[in-house]
Amino acid sequence: MSDSVIRAAHDVLIVGGGGAGLRAAIAIAETNPGLDVAVVSKVYPMRSHTVSAEGGAAGVIADDDSLDEHCYDTVSGSDWLGDQNAIEAFVREAPRELLQLEHWGCPWSRQPDGRIAVRAFGGMKKKRTWFAADKTGFHMLHALFQTSLRYAEVTRYDEEFVTRLLVDDGRVHGAVAIGLMSGRIQAITAKAVILCTGGCGKVFPFTTNANINTGDGMALAYRAGAPLEDMEFVQYHPTGLPFTGILITEAARAEGGWLLNKDGYRYLQDYDLGTPTPTPELRSMELGPRDRLSQAFVHEVEKGRAADSPYGPVVHLDLRHLGEALIDAKLPFVRELCLKYERIDPVHELVPVRPVVHYMMGGVSTDIDGATPLGGLYAAGETACVSINGANRLGSNSLPECLVFGARAGRAAAEYASAAGSTPSVVEAQATDEVRRLERDLLGKRPGGESIAAVREDMQATMEEAAGIFRTGPAMAKGADTLAELQERIGDVDLADTSRSFNTELLAALELANMLDISECILQAGMQREESRGAHQRTDFPARDDERFLTHLLVHRNPDGRSRIEHMPVTITRWVPGERVYGR
Amino acid sequence: MADSIRLQVSRYRPDTDAEPHWQEYDVPLRKEWTVLDGLNHVKNEIDPTLSFRWSCRMGICGSCGMDVDGEPKLTCGTFLTDYEPGPVTVEPLANFPVVRDLVVDLSDFMAKLPRVKPWIIRDDDHRTVEPDVEYLQTPEELDAYKQFSMCINCMLCYAACPVYGLDPEFIGPAAIALAERYDLDSRDQGTRERLDVLIEHEGVWGCTFVGECTRVCPQHVDPAAAIQRYKLKAAMATVKAFLLPRGGR
Ligand SMILES: Cc1cc2nc3c(=O)[nH]c(=O)nc-3n(C[C@H](O)[C@H](O)[C@H](O)COP(=O)(O)OP(=O)(O)OC[C@H]3O[C@@H](n4cnc5c(N)ncnc54)[C@H](O)[C@@H]3O)c2cc1C
Ligand code: SF4
Ligand code: FES
Repeated sequence: MSDSVIRAAHDVLIVGGGGAGLRAAIAIAETNPGLDVAVVSKVYPMRSHTVSAEGGAAGVIADDDSLDEHCYDTVSGSDWLGDQNAIEAFVREAPRELLQLEHWGCPWSRQPDGRIAVRAFGGMKKKRTWFAADKTGFHMLHALFQTSLRYAEVTRYDEEFVTRLLVDDGRVHGAVAIGLMSGRIQAITAKAVILCTGGCGKVFPFTTNANINTGDGMALAYRAGAPLEDMEFVQYHPTGLPFTGILITEAARAEGGWLLNKDGYRYLQDYDLGTPTPTPELRSMELGPRDRLSQAFVHEVEKGRAADSPYGPVVHLDLRHLGEALIDAKLPFVRELCLKYERIDPVHELVPVRPVVHYMMGGVSTDIDGATPLGGLYAAGETACVSINGANRLGSNSLPECLVFGARAGRAAAEYASAAGSTPSVVEAQATDEVRRLERDLLGKRPGGESIAAVREDMQATMEEAAGIFRTGPAMAKGADTLAELQERIGDVDLADTSRSFNTELLAALELANMLDISECILQAGMQREESRGAHQRTDFPARDDERFLTHLLVHRNPDGRSRIEHMPVTITRWVPGERVYGR
Repeated sequence: MADSIRLQVSRYRPDTDAEPHWQEYDVPLRKEWTVLDGLNHVKNEIDPTLSFRWSCRMGICGSCGMDVDGEPKLTCGTFLTDYEPGPVTVEPLANFPVVRDLVVDLSDFMAKLPRVKPWIIRDDDHRTVEPDVEYLQTPEELDAYKQFSMCINCMLCYAACPVYGLDPEFIGPAAIALAERYDLDSRDQGTRERLDVLIEHEGVWGCTFVGECTRVCPQHVDPAAAIQRYKLKAAMATVKAFLLPRGGR
């Protein structure tokens, strides 16, 4: 078997072993234990970037809370671009998913009587964010991974990198993957494929995202013919550490932290976000939504009221008044990260912070069961766009999104796979083509003189310049031109490493190609959206324009490789578009 | 502070090299640079063929463990300035087969992990329990196992463990800590099943309490304490089984 281009056949193949991928795998194993499911992941599953989520996961559980309020906060947080049918399903199913995780061992922080504790979070009117101190993602991912080990029927391909989806006649039939250790390039066929490959923060130079967040799943789907949705919406988190971009979780503000400019002034009061109170007010000031807070930072810089740092302008996060006991109980990781990477102790000192690229609202367009328009192809988690996040995601909605839609996609894919026919033989030829492309065009190529790192840096700088917190049409157009040049240059990339074993340079080249395609989609959609909404703020079109743009933009790939944009209506069930009001 | 520092990096490519050899690189010495930043500088600017694992660069994914100056470390949390004036050696984690350069083969640990049944086991739950309500757990009950739940599977403790170095069958510090994590969880009833596994020769008995695992652990998991507790538990169970041959455990 090992010499054949087809390595194995499964019913469902999940690409990605983070929160969404593992949840999908368990859902399939539980709904239909007879199905053969496999998870392929470019890192060991417990290394997936879900591990780094800090603050928490939202789900209505408190007595004074209601599903409608969580829906409303999410809808208004999305600047009315989220699909309300998806949001309603999400809000309804999130608490049960979080309880399920509790039953699987997740060490949620508790109230004295043993019930689940919840904390405040930005843009949320009630306390509904479940947390495991400030290592929520770490505990969730390890609980999911360890629980998944129970299901012997789940095959894992750890440290294998998917390079292409196999598609015939409008249906997906599997994927080609490189085994990092062995260097083997082979196809794994499947009746259904679920993409759970996470975000694409690495498209930008300064990000909270890990090295692996290169948007591979988005690029795989896009090239296979499935459209990407809401790609122009990139979330900047207001509080990243300068230089590293390491995230200081919003929980720091939820627990009572303040944002100060260089004069020690809580500047958010100048930006229609409410008035300062000593203890945190929900949906107000420091607990406003991320898009508005990141925008306020830029205005402070323009007014000359930000502080200087070796890595550019910063503001300060003040946690000192919270006291050591609270910080150690609720924010121990924040303290550890500040001490290690800034040599600053937040118990006694101000923490320098600045906005940092954090989350991708857009992704592979799916319905509320994770299905894409391409037969047998599903997506869930950050790589998908259902869309519950619309123009701006609320913090702590994406971990439960991974659970709810991971499980939904898993169940839907299981059903599809149970009914699907066998794999057509043309797939083998496609796989052979892909193996040849990788071996001849990449590994066996004559050096062209371009370095991967140089092209990557130019792409990141271009995206920061063109698709930052504030954007303009001409800047995006210029960025798109530069990207076209980079697409040419990547053809000349020189792979110095021709080894088969653990060739991380080959991976970097493939990831870069993925990121260039995604960058282009972000800018194309951004140029088309001539309005300001949520995280997409255009100084040349400063107002929201529901008349023209209360719509999703879908980016399709034409056969010639160029992109094409279509509109898709927003689903509105109960909340008519209104003004986003915070702090009032 | 000098403006550069020399990294002495262990290189090995199975397709071309018979054995590992050293290669030296000078990298900028900056106060905020970690050993991982130094390696990435090499990869991006000097020698793209160097292979190593990393991802989160914030000490939580567990990918970037290597031996730095002979000590197992997370390279994303280890600062170059601590090794001034250099040179500083960077090698793959000890006690594991080397795949390539700084990348080691973790298959052994990945195979051992499921053996300790690191999941909640309950008499009432075969597979799914559709949950409507949480299992109550007080903050004190949470504290009882919390420390052992902080393991990031970085394998530094295996690299430091003299027993694992001699007897690869030894199930090892992190796996035992994880077994103890679930045993101590008030929601779990699986102690007996795990004990059956760990009581075997290669389970807990190999450990001679050197305590190196606890010393190198970046998450303060204290696997040595877990092993100690488990040995006690296993000894008690053995005594009980001797005294009460039926169902003593
Ligand atoms: C620092 C940080 C903190 C956060 N904090 C919070 C929070 O407090 N609350 C909240 O709700 N959200 C938070 N988020 C967002 C949230 O963590 C992510 O959106 C979510 O974890 C994404 O999970 P995922 O399963 O979609 O992807 P990931 O966990 O990123 O997993 C992606 C998987 O895909 C695999 N993969 C990718 N490409 C390939 C390929 N080509 N071949 C094979 N496998 C591949 C990877 O190996 C990995 O297993 C945070 C994000 C960051 C960056
Ligand atoms: S116990 Fe500590 S050293 Fe060992 S793998 Fe876990 S975190 Fe790493
Ligand atoms: S890179 Fe994740 S722990 Fe070091």
